[in-house]
Amino acid sequence: MIEVQNLVKKYGSHIAVNDLSFTVEKGQIYGFLGPNGAGKTTTMNIITGYTGMTRGHVTVDGIDITKNPTESKRRIGYLPETPPLYMDMTPFEYLSFAAELKKIPEELAPQSAEEAMELTGITEVKNRLIKNLSKGYRQRVGLAQAILGFPPVIILDEPTVGLDPKQILEVRSLIKSLAGDHTVILSSHILSEVREICDRIMIINHGKLAYSGTPAELERNMRSSCVELIIKSGELNAVTAVLSKVPGVERAEAALLPEGTISAAVYPKDSGSDIREAVFSVCCKEKLPVLKMDFAGMSLEQIFLKLTSDGDVEEEQCDDSHI
Amino acid sequence: MTAIYKRELRSYFTSMTGYVYAASVTLFVGIYFMIMNLKMGYPYFASALSGAVTILIFAVPVLTMRSMAEERHAKTDQLLITAPVSVTAIVTGKFFAMLTVYAVPMLISCLCPIVIGMLGTGSFIIDYSAIFMFMFLGALFIAAGMFISSLTDSQVIAAVCTMGLLLIFMLWDTIISYIPKTPAASAAGFSLISILAALAVYKACRGKIAAIVIAAAGTVTSICLAIFAGEWFSEALFWFLSALSVYEPIANFTNYFVFDIGGIIYYAVTACVFVFLTIQSVQRRRLV
Repeated sequence: MIEVQNLVKKYGSHIAVNDLSFTVEKGQIYGFLGPNGAGKTTTMNIITGYTGMTRGHVTVDGIDITKNPTESKRRIGYLPETPPLYMDMTPFEYLSFAAELKKIPEELAPQSAEEAMELTGITEVKNRLIKNLSKGYRQRVGLAQAILGFPPVIILDEPTVGLDPKQILEVRSLIKSLAGDHTVILSSHILSEVREICDRIMIINHGKLAYSGTPAELERNMRSSCVELIIKSGELNAVTAVLSKVPGVERAEAALLPEGTISAAVYPKDSGSDIREAVFSVCCKEKLPVLKMDFAGMSLEQIFLKLTSDGDVEEEQCDDSHI
Repeated sequence: MTAIYKRELRSYFTSMTGYVYAASVTLFVGIYFMIMNLKMGYPYFASALSGAVTILIFAVPVLTMRSMAEERHAKTDQLLITAPVSVTAIVTGKFFAMLTVYAVPMLISCLCPIVIGMLGTGSFIIDYSAIFMFMFLGALFIAAGMFISSLTDSQVIAAVCTMGLLLIFMLWDTIISYIPKTPAASAAGFSLISILAALAVYKACRGKIAAIVIAAAGTVTSICLAIFAGEWFSEALFWFLSALSVYEPIANFTNYFVFDIGGIIYYAVTACVFVFLTIQSVQRRRLV
């Protein structure tokens, strides 16, 4: 649906987007992640035609955005970082104006405005001036503008900023409901949000694509080979000694948990090998009741930090929370 | 374009700007009308209007200051530029909305010649031609103000700079009368103009060779002319600059009733140039 090839954007000598390439499939929700200044907003601004690019190609639905900007813009609904609202208008007037700008046929415009207001929950404030609305409502008016007329591509720059928890849940379910018929790209700092809503995650750092994949894939790929287990009871030193002797294990650590159980982490000699079975059979033999055992998965937060902080987050951190 | 035109026009009349503009211009035109036509008994409304040029210098910047600057300041330009409308449509929509607001006091002042006609002998052709000419002058002022507004995101800076520019337009004839009428001064002036033109060409299309050719040709020609045609060339700069006078066509009309078609074309063309420059300025900001 959207193809970005070798996109470069320079502001003077500062490179905001550096040779970025990716493809967005139809009907899926994509999450843009990245630290501040990574180039997320710039990339979105370029796709929507707000900012020009220094080099590269962007096509939306097969239309080159530089060759036929009007046609490509017609296919995109955009909610920028700051909702572009006219304070002297009411939401209904604003959406009617936006409908006219987006060339929605006149007879369909009031209906599309009503629909967008219904979905974003702003019907009750439709006749109040936007300048008198709270931040959450303003954000939702902006969102209503983006989904107005249901364009095939909807791009949302931090759509849940400024909303209260209930509104966040509503907006998330709204975005989820858009998938299938619409391609959605959203940017966010909130990783749990991206994991929950998005079909695919793209992590951008220093203007480059650092990772692209589904949330599950990402967590699987980033999983460490360190095994964490919880043992019902036993003597701490003995447990450490037993686990260290498991074939293929480099070292083991154990700690007493407040409720009397023991939490242990076992590191294999060669990372990538699966030592769970060996650990289990040794524990059985030594009569150490294993309550729980799993790979120490990295949370999305840790993956994000790892990918964006140039890889100085080590595996050691994987089980800090348990020991 | 119509969507933007309607929104802009509406916003002028939902905020105070449109009313304040129309009211203040009407008030001052009314004062001139009362003094010159009603009290002093002068039969031409055109003369009263010529006094109103001064109020336009202060009123038009109020009208134009927010046009582009406010959009950038409030980031609403993101809505306009990412919508499937061209920058040309955005800019012309805004231009015509402002011209419509400008026309409101002009329409009200259309009553004045009728009042004169009721009290004595009215000169309707002269008076309505003057109002007609004032629409073109307004178009030029508005386009210039809009261009300045597109260069900044501060309304105050836009207003002050527009006032400055309009004031220069009005004082132009006085300023250029101080230009020395010597071949050397003309050569220096034309060289400077050609260098500025070359810079503009270079900025606009990065054409190094074209820029150098323009600057060199302009400089060399003006120096040659200064040497070989000194007599004739000495007043050339003055003629050239006085031909650019904005005030002269309207002054010719209000003082001597000369309907200067060339002047109207000059206003229209200059207004188009400023609208074009505004479009370029918005486009360029997008690309930089």
